[in-house]
Parts: sequence; C-alpha cells; structure tokens
Amino acid sequence: MLHYLNKHFPLSPLPATGRAIIQNVSRRSFLKGATGLVVAMQVMPVDTASAFDPYPHGGQGMPHGIVNDPHVFVSIVPDGTVTIVAHRSEMGTGSRTSLPMIIADEMEADWDRVKIVQAPGDELIYGNQDTDGSRSLRHHIQPAREIGASVRQMLKEAAAAQWGVDAADVEATGHQVVHRSLGLRLDYGDLAQAAMALPTPARDSLAFKDEREFRYVGKGAVQIYDLHDITTGKAVYGADVSLPGMKYAVIARPPVVGGTVKSIESAAALAVPGVERIEEIPGSIPPAKFAPLGGVAVIANSTWAAIKGRDALVVEWDDGPHAAYDTVAYREELVASSNAPGKVVRDQGDAEGALSGAARVFTRSYYQPHLAHAPMEPLVAVANVANGKAEIWGPLQSPSVAREDIAAALGMAYEDLTVNVTLLGGGFGRKSKGDYATEAALLSQKIGAPVKVQWTREDDIRHSFYHTTSVERIDIGLDADNKPVAWRHRSAAPSFLSTFAPDSGEMHPVEVGMGLADMPYDIANIRCEDCKAMAHTRVGWYRSVSNIPRAFAVQSITAELAAELGRDQKDMLLEMIGEPRVLDLAASGMPEGFWNYGEPYEEFPNDTGRLRNVVELAAQKAGWGKSLPEGEALGIAVHRSFVSYVATVVRAKVGSDGTVRVPEVHVAIDCGFAANPERIRSQIQGACVFGMSAAMYGAITYENGRVQESNFHDYQMVRSDNFPEVVHTHIVPHGFETHSTGVGEPGVPPFIPALTNAIFNATGKRIRDLPIGDQLA
Amino acid sequence: MVSLTVNGAEHSFDGDPDTPLLWYLRDELGLNGTKYGCGTGLCGACTVHVDGEAVRGCLTTVSDADGKAVLTIEGLSEDGSHPVQQAWRDLNVPQCGFCQSGQIMQASALLAANPNPSDQEILDGMQGNICRCGCYQRIVSAVRQASTGA
Repeated sequence: MLHYLNKHFPLSPLPATGRAIIQNVSRRSFLKGATGLVVAMQVMPVDTASAFDPYPHGGQGMPHGIVNDPHVFVSIVPDGTVTIVAHRSEMGTGSRTSLPMIIADEMEADWDRVKIVQAPGDELIYGNQDTDGSRSLRHHIQPAREIGASVRQMLKEAAAAQWGVDAADVEATGHQVVHRSLGLRLDYGDLAQAAMALPTPARDSLAFKDEREFRYVGKGAVQIYDLHDITTGKAVYGADVSLPGMKYAVIARPPVVGGTVKSIESAAALAVPGVERIEEIPGSIPPAKFAPLGGVAVIANSTWAAIKGRDALVVEWDDGPHAAYDTVAYREELVASSNAPGKVVRDQGDAEGALSGAARVFTRSYYQPHLAHAPMEPLVAVANVANGKAEIWGPLQSPSVAREDIAAALGMAYEDLTVNVTLLGGGFGRKSKGDYATEAALLSQKIGAPVKVQWTREDDIRHSFYHTTSVERIDIGLDADNKPVAWRHRSAAPSFLSTFAPDSGEMHPVEVGMGLADMPYDIANIRCEDCKAMAHTRVGWYRSVSNIPRAFAVQSITAELAAELGRDQKDMLLEMIGEPRVLDLAASGMPEGFWNYGEPYEEFPNDTGRLRNVVELAAQKAGWGKSLPEGEALGIAVHRSFVSYVATVVRAKVGSDGTVRVPEVHVAIDCGFAANPERIRSQIQGACVFGMSAAMYGAITYENGRVQESNFHDYQMVRSDNFPEVVHTHIVPHGFETHSTGVGEPGVPPFIPALTNAIFNATGKRIRDLPIGDQLA
Repeated sequence: MVSLTVNGAEHSFDGDPDTPLLWYLRDELGLNGTKYGCGTGLCGACTVHVDGEAVRGCLTTVSDADGKAVLTIEGLSEDGSHPVQQAWRDLNVPQCGFCQSGQIMQASALLAANPNPSDQEILDGMQGNICRCGCYQRIVSAVRQASTGA
C-alpha cells in the first residue's frame, strides 16, 4: 500500500535503482508491429524462440522497481550448491519458497541442491521489497523466470566455451549442461565459476522453458523451505535473535494515540530485580507515518524482568486530542455521514435521477468495526547501534522502508544501517509498519548496548495501526419489473491517509478502488461516494483492506434483494453481474487515475466473464440448490480484489443456541497462472479462517480514546473447535499467458458475506453489523 | 534454588522462582522453539511438556517445574522424526510456522495420553492452540495421521 501514497507524499529519499535490466521491450509488440510475422520468426535464432513474452505490470512502477540481475540473486559454488536470494519477506504465504522455486525451475536446477538466503533490507540492490498487497508472485514471477533463464544461458555458454562448441548445441537439464552428440556433460558446480563470471545476457537473447517442461512450477510438490526448521523449533523469528550483552525492553505507550508522558514514577519499577533503567521515548504527533508512539521503556536483563518492571511503573499521561474517541458514538457519525451526499468517486449515467424515478428504492446499511491484525508473533525487534553503525533484526514486511525510517530517527545515513529480516510469525499488514524496530534502534542508541524490544499481546492489540471502521450504505433503484436501474453506494470510513498527512476526512484512491468504484454490476446508473470521516486512531491496512467492508455490503445487499424478490441468490448475483465483458473505465464513469491495484488496466482488466466463471464454478462444486438438514444452508459471495477473482460458497450450520459451525466451504479462485497451487490452497484455507474470526468476533472498540480489548479472551480467534472444517479450493487453470495475480488477500473478502448469507438462508436472520457475536443467540 | 531437567539435561536456576518457564527456556537456556504469543494461557504458542503433560510455559513458573522433567520442541526427537513432526511435514501444515511448536507439543501430548483419539477428541484437545494463519484443517488431519499412520 505504502507505495501508492508516494504520489501525495514523497516517502522515499533514495535514488531510483540503476540495477534493473528489464527493458520495456515487448516481443509481442515487436511481432505485432512486424509486417511479415513469418519472416520475423524465421530470422530469429532457435534459442530466442521465447515461450514467454514480457508484459508490463505494476512492479515496474514500485519504488526502486524490479531487479532481475542474476548476479544479485543467484550464486553457485563448485560443489554445485545453488544459493538463491529471497528478497521478499516470508510471513506465511510461501513467497520465500515460491519465487526461488521459479528461478530454480527456469534454470534447470535440482531443488534438493538449492539453498535460500534472506536478503537484508536494501532496495538499491534488490529492487522493491515491500511485501504487501498480494504482490510477490504478481510482480516477481517474470523477473524470477528471467533470472533463471539468464543463469541457464550463462551455464550453457560456459560449457560451450570449455568444450569449444556452439552454445546452441548444448542443453541445460537437471543441474547439468549436456552435449548429446558428443556425449559431454558437466555439473553446474563444475561450471559455476566460469558461468557466474559471464555478463548478464540481454533480455532479448533469453530462451524460456515451455511451461510444459516445468518440474516444480505449477506442480505443488515443493515443500516450503523452512518446513523442517519450523517443525523442529529451529526456525528463527524476530524474538529468536539474541546478541551478547543484549538488554530486554518492554515499553509503556500512551493509551490514547497522540498522548504524551506527563509524569513518571519509576521507583517501584527500578526495584524489580533485573530492571536496570527507565528511558523515555519521545512521542510523535499524528500524522506520524510509522514513527513510534513514544512512551516509557523499562530496560532489564530479561524479558520477564522488563514485563514485571513495566507492571510496576506508574505513568501519568496527557491524552491529547483523541481522548474522547468512542466507537459507539463514532458509528452514529458514520451513519449520519453515509446518509448525506459525499464526494463522488464514480459517476455512470444518472443515478440520482434514476433513484428518484425508480418504482421503489431498496436501501440497506452495513457496519464493520476496527480490527487488529494480531499476528501470532507479537511485534519484536533487536537493534545494536554502535560505532557509527546500526544493525537491526526484525520480522519486517518492508525492510528497506524500515531502514529509511530508522536511519531518519537515529540521525544516521541509510548506508550505515543493516536491516536483517527474520521469518515473520504472521504479518497481515501490521509488520509493514516498523515502529517497533525504530523503538529498538532508538533505545540501543540511547543506552549504548544491544536492545530487544518485546511487545506483549496487550501492546499488540492496543497499539496497532487499525483496519478502518465503516458504514456502507447502498441504495438500489428498481423499475416496475423489479429490475435494478440505479446503484448508489456511500462509504463512510476513516482513511489510512490520515496516518501520513493532515486528515481531510477523504479517502485515498487505493481505498476507492477496493470494491467501491470498481463494483462490477451491469446497472445503467451508478454513483459511488466517499463520505467524510475523520480518523481518531492510527488507521493502517489489514489483510484485504477496504475490500472487507465493501464485499460485505455489496454481496449482502445482493442476497437481500434476491430474498426480497423471491429470487435464487446465485441467479440474482449472476444477473447483477451481467454478460461477460471487460469493464470500460471511461464508460463506467470511473475517476481519472482510477486505481487498479497499481496494475496497467489493459493487462489486468476487470473481466466479468472471469467473475461469473468463479461464481458458477464454486456453486457447481458446492452443489448449489441441494437440500440440507434443518438449520443448515449455503450462502454465496464473489469479489474481485488484488486483480484476482474469488467466489466462496459457505455451508453454515446454526444451532438452536445460535452457535455457528461451517462444515464445508467451496472456494473458486482465478488468480491467473498458478505457480504454486499447494500454497494457493493453504492461503485460501487460511483466508477462510481469517474471515471467520473477523466475522464472528472481530471488533476493536474505543472508550475515552482507549482500546477496550487486550488479549485473546476479548479479541477472540476461531479455534480448532469452530474453524471452517473442510475448505475445497478450486483453482481456475490458466497458462502462463494469463498473468499471475494476488493470492494472499483475495480469499478473505468474499468469505464474510458468504457466511452471513448462509446464516440468513439457514435462520432468516440477516447480519448487517459485524461481528456476528451473540446476535444469533 | 530450583532444579529441573530440560530435554534430559539437568539445570538449576537461582533467579526469580516466579519466572515463567517460557522466559526461562528462552532467555536463560536459549531454547527459542517455545514461543511467546499471549502470556496468559490463551493461545498455546508456549506449550511444553512437564512430566509428560502439556502445559502453557507462560503460566507455569520455574518453581512449578522444580524436580520435574521439561520437554520442549527441541527435545521431542533428535532429528524431527517424531510421528507428529513427520505428519506435519507430510501434510505441509505450516504457513508462517510461529505457532507450530506449540501445536506439535500439544498434539504429541494428546497422542501420548490417547493414542487413538476420535475426531471430536482431536478438536477438543487442540482447542487451546490458536493458529492465526488458519492451518487448522491440516493440523487436525496431521494429528489424525500421526495417530493412525494414515
């Protein structure tokens, strides 16, 4: 997400990288432009008959862009071990395995002889590393193939030179280069030195594997690289880093965002055995981007002493301007805002006229509270600032941005910092914001020793960058035949922009593009409005972001209208989507500079044919229309997000006491070419659980500016006794020509309305306010 | 002075006897496989065995373990070959992996006490361990596989 704020506020002072070798040369446009296609093909050497034409994508426009230099990402040693750099952070999606797997496959390396090393945060070398927005495969599958193909070509050239033959006469296969007719073969290890000394081949000279020749890509047989370490306790997460002489810090932070320390009574804290000192961290006045909240750090010789010391610490706070934030009252403000016209962010036809001329207007309003990410690994970081250098270790989703932020906070140069990335024990967007790493660095600088800052779970729940809270009001105008002729969607939700700039109460284009303006229904008159909402906490992005409340609203009202008109929910949904077509942005009244997940629209269009297809696939697999026992029913929802299409059919079983169980879910996902189907399935299973936790329990509430929830007793999660029991994932098959799109996030948004629609079908009870909580009891 | 064995090795500790086992294992012994997730016994990330029983390392103090045998994920098997660890790998259970030490320690204690649990017994037995990534479907299958070998 961060990147898209750049337009408004320059966040990165670093120069653009010069390492990318991608040229915007499209073989396809070359061929298209050639007058004689056959002639053009004939003059091309066999080796350059590429099976893969480069296509433009959003990665090229990210800060520091894309780097596809094989010398940056691959090294080979004489024993044949291939080391591949993972430059994206691993938080559970599997990208640390999947991208190296693609490189290994394209270079014909044996996966058993591949080692993966994690890159430190350095976008000047690796290109963009912001692991966010379901972008890793979407932006890096092409560079990964280019890197692999480059290395394969270098290995072939090295072997050909050694044998004194033409490189065109050798082939690379199974970690060897082979000359068949001469019966020669050399292991990659034997060629390592000569091959890696060669310059990077030009993109146009690369030959790519035919996708039918892939050994690993698309197969799902490669296991995640860290699997053995994870199952034996050896995997290293943030808190597992330990340095000689390291001190342990736990911090008391202001309970109200923007609050400051008024007074500190530290005697009792200092009396706790093991507590060594108390240090104040300066606060930050919003908008403060990812700066620490400030507060008082208790520094000790163990984590436990630091926790006990903080318990004994007495701090009086000056609460600042947000001390009155109360989410019950705020909801009424959002309702009022959504009941009045807002800033028009999409205008197609004449929605106001069509609504006033409609035979009837069907109006519903939906509410979603703030949410906290609550990754299993609470925030933590280790820092050592000494001798004019700083080294940081942490579970960071965006390590290079953290490095910039930390350098600025320390008053040091980017070059003098090293930011190491551990495994992330979950991220979900929270770990894009490196306030915790900055805290560790500031404390280490202050006390002159290495410091580990450990957040407790209470800290995590109470000091997050929260998912927005929203009221989504939709009015549908129906003609005399009950055909929808007008759609007006008013969204009132505080924006994450308020974390970066003085709050205007208006949304960022990113939030407008997530299920509001891009709504795909085929209705003649559509107006979408951004209704003013001022933020009173740190709003950030959370897995799937604004798509969650938008999918909930759009898919709920669709099902409500179907019920109102006595129609089948799936039929109504397909009718609303209309005929298969690509949404024409101009004809749809989309805003200037419409945000399509940062992707060029021509390459990643909003295609209702693909949307319809996942609806039909999920419905068919789930046996839509089948009869189920009393208290059980199916519900369906579909949503396009992160340029992928996902339809979900939930089977819900509601007990007489209101308990909700989900015995079965069918999810159809169209994410273009599926490089690692096994991890796509695990992400979809996880998305259903994540969605169910949010639907059943998810609510961060405020009273007197203070978050009321604190741990897993009052911010609950779905567990082994109520999770969606069997999730079937149906991946729409595509060749490589259908671009890979997002997977980590798009499974979440449709799950929630699919569940609430199923609950309605089972019980007649319509959920319009999240979470479900005890509404069914 | 508290004396205990951890993964078969004898240790003594003369620090704060109320120190949770979790922080003793991590900060004193450097056994980092046991994870901090909530500190209040709500998530199970810190699950270890004390005299063969699964306990929460954040609620069990070092003095509670005096004279007892503590087993952590590092000591469950020498090479990761415990049937539960093997099943976890066979079924590609983890996503981020952070909760999995605790899940595996919970599952291995469950199976030691009840080698052939019913589906309901697995669900109930694993209920105290949260997986925020949502690997439950595979966790339950892996416990079943470890119990039956299929």
